Amino acid sequence: MDTRIRLARAADGVLPPLLAILATLVLFAGFLAAAGADPFQAYGLIWLGGFGTWFSWQNTLTRAAPLLLTALCMALPAQLGLVIIGAEGAFVLGGLAAVAAGLPLAAAGVPPLLVDLAMAVAGILVGGGLIAGCGALRHWRGVNETISSLLIAYISIAVMNQLVEGPLRDPTSLNRPATPTLPDAIMLGNIPGTSIHVGLIAGLVFCVLAWILIFRTTLGFAARIVGGNARAGRVAGLPVGRLILIVTFLGGAAAGLAGMIEVAAVQGAASADLAAGYGYTGILVAFLARQNPLAIIPVSVLIGGIDAADGLLQQRLGLSDATIPVLRGLLFLILLASESLRGRLLLPIPRLRILPGAPRAAKPGVDPTGIGPA
Amino acid sequence: MTAHALGWWGVPLAMLAGAIRVSTPFLFVSLGELVTETSGRINLGLEGTLVMGAMSGFAVDYLTGSPWLGVLAAAVVGGAFGVLHAAVCSLPRVNDIAVGIALMLFGTGLAFFLGKPFVQPKALDLPSIGLGWWSAIPQVRAALQVNALFFVGVAMAPLLLWMLRNTGMGLTLRMAGDSSDAARAMGVSPLRVRLFATTFGGAMAGIGGSFLSLYYPGSWNEGLSSGQGITAVALVIFARWNPIACLWASLLFGAAGALGPALQSVGVSGFYYLFNAAPYILTLLIMILACSPDRALQGAPGELSITR
Repeated sequence: MDTRIRLARAADGVLPPLLAILATLVLFAGFLAAAGADPFQAYGLIWLGGFGTWFSWQNTLTRAAPLLLTALCMALPAQLGLVIIGAEGAFVLGGLAAVAAGLPLAAAGVPPLLVDLAMAVAGILVGGGLIAGCGALRHWRGVNETISSLLIAYISIAVMNQLVEGPLRDPTSLNRPATPTLPDAIMLGNIPGTSIHVGLIAGLVFCVLAWILIFRTTLGFAARIVGGNARAGRVAGLPVGRLILIVTFLGGAAAGLAGMIEVAAVQGAASADLAAGYGYTGILVAFLARQNPLAIIPVSVLIGGIDAADGLLQQRLGLSDATIPVLRGLLFLILLASESLRGRLLLPIPRLRILPGAPRAAKPGVDPTGIGPA
Repeated sequence: MTAHALGWWGVPLAMLAGAIRVSTPFLFVSLGELVTETSGRINLGLEGTLVMGAMSGFAVDYLTGSPWLGVLAAAVVGGAFGVLHAAVCSLPRVNDIAVGIALMLFGTGLAFFLGKPFVQPKALDLPSIGLGWWSAIPQVRAALQVNALFFVGVAMAPLLLWMLRNTGMGLTLRMAGDSSDAARAMGVSPLRVRLFATTFGGAMAGIGGSFLSLYYPGSWNEGLSSGQGITAVALVIFARWNPIACLWASLLFGAAGALGPALQSVGVSGFYYLFNAAPYILTLLIMILACSPDRALQGAPGELSITR
């Protein structure tokens, strides 16, 4: 393809989100001013707290690590046209399963590396199983996957609380129920020379692998065909049910692994603190990245950086801890609205000419995943 | 807890009280969402709207001393969120489910931000009507203290059913929900119908939220809503888009929600969290049993994105 056309296509994909970010910054500045804070100072602090120093970069990357994985839980099924918003559930139960698997193995004296591996497998199986369940219900029972995954997220949090209060509770955790703490030898370390845990590497590897899977393998190609037109996929003989199962399992597996990393690298035990909203922020990341696994990487860093600046905003400007959630919500809303700018930015994109007498295309439907035709 | 002195008899009593008390927000949010979904659009953001309604209702009550002004303010704020949802969804190529998720995050964030100054104070509660005068047992009397909003909600269910079935407005609403093309052919703008329906749904969700902060539990804090807005969206599917079924489902979900605390007060605390999740489990089971890969759910509006 002509380079100019390629550039124009890329610009058509990248410009709307950038414009959305810009519009959000302007609107949010007004919001900050109305709340009595100096917007320029606030943005300066967000820059400083997120990206200003090596210390803040480490903080940012640590916060980006779980988002890389939870965003995949939305972005992978989105290739099939499925809107799965249950990453929070897979994250929480993945983390709990990892602890449940890791504690007895560690007590039995299994080498730490093997314990970590078993914990990761437990998190992947539980998280993947949950989301694959939503995919299976969608394919074989016609249950809407958005609603079922949201319900499953709420049910998972309840199950986690129930188990942490009951059978898995550490009797010495009096005020805040939690499972027993993992031994130090099991805990995942940091990337040498930094304070960033190795979960970041897992997230980056997963994102790159997901991109290769979707855009460079026949399985990914088949998945994208089904996402574009499920009936066409079926007519072409694609195993739609199996594709849905595999891809939803991988999405859930990513979120489950994120839960395992959260307990094995950060919290050390499973408790209600696991449901901290990484799953829901992952949805925002996936939409901002237009469901592209590689684009998830810079977007996670951006959102992680904004989160990292939260403390600084609270200390220096006396803003409340709800400031960043407002910014996130506003960005999400404007981002979705910016979808309607695609193809209307007067970019020099050549269009297919409709021959006289040829059947006109049907009215454009709504694309739930926001990917649009490739 | 009411159940304590009565022993095990307290459990059904607490469930009755819960069915009345806990169900009111479910009832308002689900009736509003029913109208929105009947027009062919789903608003998943009602959780955010509900929390905004709870916050603004409480704030206005606290500042003016009038709980009913608080309810009004909650309805106005909720309606504004409905307009926002409808406006963004009216743009081409924008998906209503995604906008709902965004509004859920935005609404809760904004409510927590604006509601910070109101976390501590106590405001006037909405008045309630005692229906337990015939009983000498204080627990029964307490259980039958019924809030005025409950009666409004109960009256609205048959009214909405009548409106949907027998009026021109109801017909227009159902037409827009079943087929955009049919609506356009009749000279009706489906986007406009959905704007009104989503605004109504938002206002109802706001009122449902104000019940939380102005009556039960009756204060404003960030943990006030335990997902009632999401439950209510699921409840509409559970009730198959029928207002009367919404009423029964709200009572059922209210009673189910009261089961956990009631059992805990008689010493059975084994499954507290699971009982709290009972509405979600029930809805999921109903969806699994009722759905089919070959056809849409019975009673589902044809244009609704979640059933296609």
